[in-house]
Amino acid sequence: MTEAPLLNMQWGDWLHLFGHFLSLSLLSIGGAISTAPEMHRYLVGQQNWLTDAQFNASIAIAQAAPGPNVLFIALMGWHIGVNAGSAALGLLGVLIAMIGILLPSTTLTFLATRWAHRNRELRAVRAFKQGMAPIVIALLIATGWIMASANKNPATDWPLWLLTAAAALLIWKTRIHLLWLLGAGAALGWFGLA
Amino acid sequence: MNPSPSEPHPQPQSLSDLFISFTVLALQGFGGVVAIVQREMVERKRWMTQEEFVEDWAVAQVMPGPNVVNLSMMIGARYFGLRGALAALAGMLTVPLVLVVLLAMVYAQYASHPGVTGALHGMSAVAAGLIASTGLKLLSALKKHPLGVPICIALAAACFSIIALLRWPLVYALFGLGAVSCLLTYRKIKP
Repeated sequence: MTEAPLLNMQWGDWLHLFGHFLSLSLLSIGGAISTAPEMHRYLVGQQNWLTDAQFNASIAIAQAAPGPNVLFIALMGWHIGVNAGSAALGLLGVLIAMIGILLPSTTLTFLATRWAHRNRELRAVRAFKQGMAPIVIALLIATGWIMASANKNPATDWPLWLLTAAAALLIWKTRIHLLWLLGAGAALGWFGLA
Repeated sequence: MNPSPSEPHPQPQSLSDLFISFTVLALQGFGGVVAIVQREMVERKRWMTQEEFVEDWAVAQVMPGPNVVNLSMMIGARYFGLRGALAALAGMLTVPLVLVVLLAMVYAQYASHPGVTGALHGMSAVAAGLIASTGLKLLSALKKHPLGVPICIALAAACFSIIALLRWPLVYALFGLGAVSCLLTYRKIKP
């Protein structure tokens, strides 16, 4: 693991960071994670503000933590701030990164949905909303499939697949609370059973 | 089908109700908040129907930005306009943001513990099932679809193959297959 760099971040650098996230915001169709390769190129490769390990940890921690996965952006800001010398700068990084990635996309989404709501009787609006239904439903199932197939080796990973299938079936067919299942998954994993 | 049916269903009482509801919901979302949003908004609180949820989710997916963040904002805006959107957004992000930063601070010490790695694997396996089952549940929303069930299933199967099996980029499914589906629906529904 490479040592985290000690950064000397000037106001101009923070502004560049803000601009980077602002510009990626409108490209993040399907979620901010779809722009992760570009972030890696800029933050790790070009600017050297983050190490590879910090970049990967940001994504892994946000996925393990409760809440939307977009919080991995906050952790990138956090790590950059900490590399610049302090937890206070870490918090500054969190704010800059989150406002940058969210401001353009949420503004656009808010205006677009308000327009669509006002024109909800338009044939084109109804066709769009209903027409997308089979696609987005299939996307959810596909996402589950892709997440499960991150466990590649069938010989050793079959308990994880079994766990995924059991969870899917239980949630689909019963009203069991989701936290029980997550807790069970964590416990099975902790003791090495899954 | 009318996207905003007139029959009364429960609604959020206030901005703080929205904020708290979305905070509680976000804190349950390990690896897939959308599953929790569906469970809480449609099945428990009944603020929206299955069909309304699918329609909003479609818009949230197509717009840039994190999908669940878009979705929470749209649900908030449905009831209280811009203030509702901001309350839902703040609920979705504030407490989880604090938590994730705290977690990042302690992560380094425990990252190598085999129990922790195992627990994370177990939880993400459950999260995968959670997301897939949300999709399976929403299939029932297609029963009332103007295209009819067989065409819907064919489109959904094509989309699943493109993304899960062929691993093509998301934009092909959203803007290629999605456009086809929207055009077919447009021709089917009366002006």
